[in-house]
Amino acid sequence: MNKKISIVLVGVGGQGVITAANILGNAAVKADVMVYVSEIHGMAQRGGNVVCTVRMGEVSSPMLPSGTADVVLSAEPIEALRNISFVNKKTKVITDINPVIPFTVAVGGEPYPKLDDVFKEISKHAELYKIDALKIAKESGDAITKNTVLLGALAATGVLPFKPDVLLETILNMVPDKYKDVNRKAFENGMKAIKK
Amino acid sequence: MEIITDQPGKKILLLGNEAITRGALEAGVDVATTYPGTPSSEIADTFSHITKYFTKKGDKPPFYFEYSTNEKVALEVAAAASFSGLRALTCMKHVGLNVASDAFMTYTYVGCKGGHIIVSADDPYCHSSQNEQDNRYFAIFGGAPMLEPTTPQEAKEMTGVGFDISEQLSLPLLLRTTTRLSHARGPVVFEKMQKPRGIGHFEKNPLLVTVPAVARKQHPVLLERMEQAEKISEKSQFNEVVNVGKPKDIGVVSSGVSFNYAKEMAETLSLDVRILKLGMTHPIPRRMCEKFIKSCSTIVVIEELEPILEQQFKTLAFDMKSDVKIFGKSTGRFSRLYEYNPDIVVDVFSKIFKVKNPFPKPVESKIKLPSRPPSLCPGCPHRATYYAVKKAAPKDSIYPTDIGCYTLGKEPPLEMADVLLCMGSNAGTACGFAVSTGQKIVSFMGDSTFFHAAIPALIDAVHHNHDVVITVLDNRTTAMTGHQPHPGTEFDGMGRPAKMIRVEDVARGCGVEHIEIVDPNNIKETTAAFKRALDFKGPSFVVSKSPCILLEVDRKRKAGEEIPVYSINQELCKRCKTCIGRFGCPALYFAEDGSVHIDTTLCNGCGNCVQVCPFGAISKSGVKE
Repeated sequence: MNKKISIVLVGVGGQGVITAANILGNAAVKADVMVYVSEIHGMAQRGGNVVCTVRMGEVSSPMLPSGTADVVLSAEPIEALRNISFVNKKTKVITDINPVIPFTVAVGGEPYPKLDDVFKEISKHAELYKIDALKIAKESGDAITKNTVLLGALAATGVLPFKPDVLLETILNMVPDKYKDVNRKAFENGMKAIKK
Repeated sequence: MEIITDQPGKKILLLGNEAITRGALEAGVDVATTYPGTPSSEIADTFSHITKYFTKKGDKPPFYFEYSTNEKVALEVAAAASFSGLRALTCMKHVGLNVASDAFMTYTYVGCKGGHIIVSADDPYCHSSQNEQDNRYFAIFGGAPMLEPTTPQEAKEMTGVGFDISEQLSLPLLLRTTTRLSHARGPVVFEKMQKPRGIGHFEKNPLLVTVPAVARKQHPVLLERMEQAEKISEKSQFNEVVNVGKPKDIGVVSSGVSFNYAKEMAETLSLDVRILKLGMTHPIPRRMCEKFIKSCSTIVVIEELEPILEQQFKTLAFDMKSDVKIFGKSTGRFSRLYEYNPDIVVDVFSKIFKVKNPFPKPVESKIKLPSRPPSLCPGCPHRATYYAVKKAAPKDSIYPTDIGCYTLGKEPPLEMADVLLCMGSNAGTACGFAVSTGQKIVSFMGDSTFFHAAIPALIDAVHHNHDVVITVLDNRTTAMTGHQPHPGTEFDGMGRPAKMIRVEDVARGCGVEHIEIVDPNNIKETTAAFKRALDFKGPSFVVSKSPCILLEVDRKRKAGEEIPVYSINQELCKRCKTCIGRFGCPALYFAEDGSVHIDTTLCNGCGNCVQVCPFGAISKSGVKE
């Protein structure tokens, strides 16, 4: 186990990235592991990009140096690439494959790059895991569980300093009763997606 | 409502801002006031949630809370609570203290009675602000003791201790955070909650009336209090030396979140240094600092923004005739710009101490990525107003704007924001353009902003008969900071019914003769209304009234009402691009073949694109899941 574990969660405002980071933080407290979470609010709510950092273990700073992430968990493919400065060759980049097209593409004519190129570029610098989290979420019973799928995938990497069950329990504690079953399924399916 | 449980020893994950609220609860706060502003908002929102929780149960909340009209009012309300012997907290973003500064600068002369904490949440890097001013200067400027936390746990502790210091000195205390503290989460251990004092009593004191003779008497009192404050600082548990490795004569001085970076990076580089961690940064503990200077041959000062500690240390070293080398901003090692991070600190450390930076050079992507700036939401009524004004106004019209979501109208294709200084500046600058140019002027602000700071400027427009169109984009909430109520809403921050003040009534009361009230979702009528307002000679006032789409979607969902979604009939679409290229709703996109489509997961069902399409190609096609 590393003495310091750094996880970077990225995506687009409204995708629940901050909630996912908050869940990770709560799981760490539950497991009695020291944790700091950093997030940016405000304008990010209106469709901007979001970056959260979660650091566990012997850390003083919620922010991490470049190139030192253990995992980059991304809810959108180009947001994973936008934050490539956090990775090194050993970093696991787990990303959903479903793009969210920025309005600058429609209005300003900036191109959205080809997904294959994006994935190729990420693979050059880190260990890439592509997941169709949306499809897995739907198969698990509800598209809304997309982040739970991603958190399941994160748990399956074995990077976290606590058992996947701690994370799953934290998620289940935070969702209403009627969503508990679909979230459990989504988490397990997310774990399988990485193990394959 | 875990945050109000009285369970000493319980450990939970809290946002820095939430930890401040918890600290105030443990200290028995009686009155809390604010005007919302990122990154401070969650402090007050947490107070609001707690009071609503009690109101809903039919119980009286343990403290009074309000979203005040602006920061100055917030400070004044809380100051009066303090004069009555109660504990009070006022929180705001850094620029909010500019608004409150008129009260603040004299408040320190008269002093407080019950402990009063003023939280200033600064925003280095301007994550969500118009500047990155360093409000530590306000503590020095006004004469207030100041604490700067490094972690959520410390934010809670400092809030508690801060009330005691404030009472001991009879001075309001500045608790200064930055975005990376306010919006960082960490474990926080609960302590016992004190009971609030309840009802205060105001005892008259002629020294509270700052006529010149009193002010002259009170200024030396303030200076004496600051001397007392220095004694407190010397003994403060928040000022300490933290050793890394086997330190000899190399020192680091730091405060706030910079300390976190300094400590972790010093450890990473295996440096042997003593870090003087200053938590009470005004006044600094002079004797402790002198002792630290004496024990060092080299000192690195790490602080974001202005060289405030650095200058004080250099002054001390000069007075002591010390030949200590002090590295900071003036030596070019650290920047006065933006926020710091571990990369910046490790880079400076490795240069000063001539050790290798252990981190790999950050990799860069060869692929150019499309930018993703924040934008007005799909269905935002502001977009419809802007579209109508663009049709009504001559080409070189000037559009002064203001602080709120509508600032995002700056982006293409709308480009409806030309000048912005601060809260309320739209109306003031509009008046100035009216006397300086021959151009037409249409200014924009939100409803909360109108109450906050624009009424005096509106009065200026009326009194001088300036030829301007002043617009209030009345979306019935303070949307940008998280949908807080304001004087124009029917409920207050405690969830109680409140007197709703209509912006148009205020304008009428200010003597405005030409007032238009429109629903921006009717683009044709809105365009006509703005044409009439532009034709009117003298000040005219347009209230463009439609609730924030996020609240509206939420309301419909709760009421079980349908939210329609729209789609484009590809046979009727002539690909003229009016909907994307001029209206610019983010739910619209081009497919690879150039055809235009609506992303139904993003569409919030406003239907305004139907009015925008010249070929009738857009229509309702279903309901949102």
